[in-house]
Amino acid sequence: MVKPIIEVRDLTAAYGELVILENVSFDVLRGEVFVILGGSGCGKSTLMKGLIGLLPPTHGRILIDGGDIHAASGAERAALLKKFGVTYQSGALFGSLTLEENVMLAMEEFTRLPFEARRLVARMKLSLVGLERFSGHFPSEVSGGMQKRAAIARAMALDPEVLFLDEPSAGLDPVTSAGLDELIRSLNKNLGVTFVIVSHELASIYAVADRVIMLDQNKKGILAEGAPADLRDHNTDPFVHAFFHREVAEA
Amino acid sequence: MDFDQKTGCLKLGETLDAAEVAKPWDLLSGDAPLRQVDATALKTCDGAGLAFLWSLRKEKRAVIEGLGPGIVARLKPFEQLPDKAAEAPGRDESFLVHIGHATSRILADARCHIAFIGDFTVTALACVANPRLVRWTDMWMIAQRAGVNALVVAGMVSFLTGMIMAFQSAVPLRQFGVDIFVVNLVALALLRELGPIMTAVVLAGRSGSAFAAEIGTMKVNEEIDALVTMGIEPMRFLVVPRVMAGFLVTPVLTIYANALGVAGGFVVMMTQGFPFMALWNQLVGAVGVSDVLTGLIKSLVFGVLIAGVGCLSGLQTGNGASAVGLSTTRAVVSSIFLIVVVDAVFAAIFYVFQW
Repeated sequence: MVKPIIEVRDLTAAYGELVILENVSFDVLRGEVFVILGGSGCGKSTLMKGLIGLLPPTHGRILIDGGDIHAASGAERAALLKKFGVTYQSGALFGSLTLEENVMLAMEEFTRLPFEARRLVARMKLSLVGLERFSGHFPSEVSGGMQKRAAIARAMALDPEVLFLDEPSAGLDPVTSAGLDELIRSLNKNLGVTFVIVSHELASIYAVADRVIMLDQNKKGILAEGAPADLRDHNTDPFVHAFFHREVAEA
Repeated sequence: MDFDQKTGCLKLGETLDAAEVAKPWDLLSGDAPLRQVDATALKTCDGAGLAFLWSLRKEKRAVIEGLGPGIVARLKPFEQLPDKAAEAPGRDESFLVHIGHATSRILADARCHIAFIGDFTVTALACVANPRLVRWTDMWMIAQRAGVNALVVAGMVSFLTGMIMAFQSAVPLRQFGVDIFVVNLVALALLRELGPIMTAVVLAGRSGSAFAAEIGTMKVNEEIDALVTMGIEPMRFLVVPRVMAGFLVTPVLTIYANALGVAGGFVVMMTQGFPFMALWNQLVGAVGVSDVLTGLIKSLVFGVLIAGVGCLSGLQTGNGASAVGLSTTRAVVSSIFLIVVVDAVFAAIFYVFQW
């Protein structure tokens, strides 16, 4: 049996008094593409923030490769942070750095590699996402799709075991979006990287996801869990049905 | 990981990652006699390790032996990776091209400034003709932020300047027995020059930079584009309220700063034993209406200048967070430079007209 790389146990997340998620538990298995989906306001981004250590849970635990990111401090936390990379919805590339420098930044901070080695690794990462020719460009000089791919290259700089992607297809045309899906699949297959993706783009979900969880605002937790095709064809919950068949849900 | 200097053989361990690869990389970049790499024991390899193996293969300095099929497969996608990084367009330019581009940028900048002044003038005149076009609520809020919130800083700077001037001038003037003329010096210097200039510099640092950062961020977030596509002129919506606020607030702040500066001078003189009324009478005799008006006229121009430059810098913001920083810096530097230039022009005009 494949060991989970992320274990979420009885997670409750809140902003002050406002509880967003309550007693949420799930596992992400090593090497899978795991998608978190749900309607607007259901807590996808809150869950993502919790998983990457930006929002401490009010209750429960989040374990990444056995280590509790929120309880860890100092060297232990630094070691845990190296296990995952994150790309944000906007790409969040540093505008004053070239794509190559963006990728090199983490290596500069966390490794003792000489400059030429860092530069070569950055070029190799960029070539993996098809951007080697654009290594000297600034983010503002490339398209939105390229920025997202460069953000993935930056997130992979330290060879993380898990990549968190927040709405990777948002704002991209279907062709670019399909290219990104293919890239996710190939990185997953060839490098064995585990992906945790927040998305509600159905086409992308079918293309990349091994397993999904669907969050619900009213339930403040998981409404459905499974392979996307299974949820589409066999789940009887009206909201899940409406979501996967692009219908207007009943209030 | 072992390197045998005699045979030139580097024996890799089980893992070749970023931590392990730094040392062999030095071998690669130095003059070490690296001839053979034994990768028989190598099992896991990260991106940095792959980069090292890729370099070894490309440079053909050493023979790699015993490389496992898994690692060979991971190196495969990089077979077509060129030796040198691609150059970004337009950044490797000759000196002449560089000068050409710089000149072109300066001319484009000048054109942009002229267009801004023209556009602003037309919009401001339209607002004067039809005051309902002005966003009064915004204007008063900006005036409050730029003016009321600057009272402490402007007041402190002016009060302390008045004190410093009084302290510095009291000693030499006492040698001639004319200590009382410290009042003339402090009052005239503050009212005609230092009061308006210091207030303007404070406003440039506080409000001019804030205008540039605020509008610059809106530009980066495409909020300006949203205004344009909604049919709302950014000039009327954003620039006019700010320039009006600057126009109103700067003279008021200048009067306040002048008063506190003179008060600072008075405090020093009173500690030297001069009675308040003696100082007051000296002040009234020394300062004329023209001295007060000189400073106020300047401050009106400074206010428009600071707000205008701040807004223009914001509107010229490029892409990304660093562009907002550049706009803010440009707003402050340009404002202070222009304040001094305009002050010099005023000095010449007042000299010619004996004002």
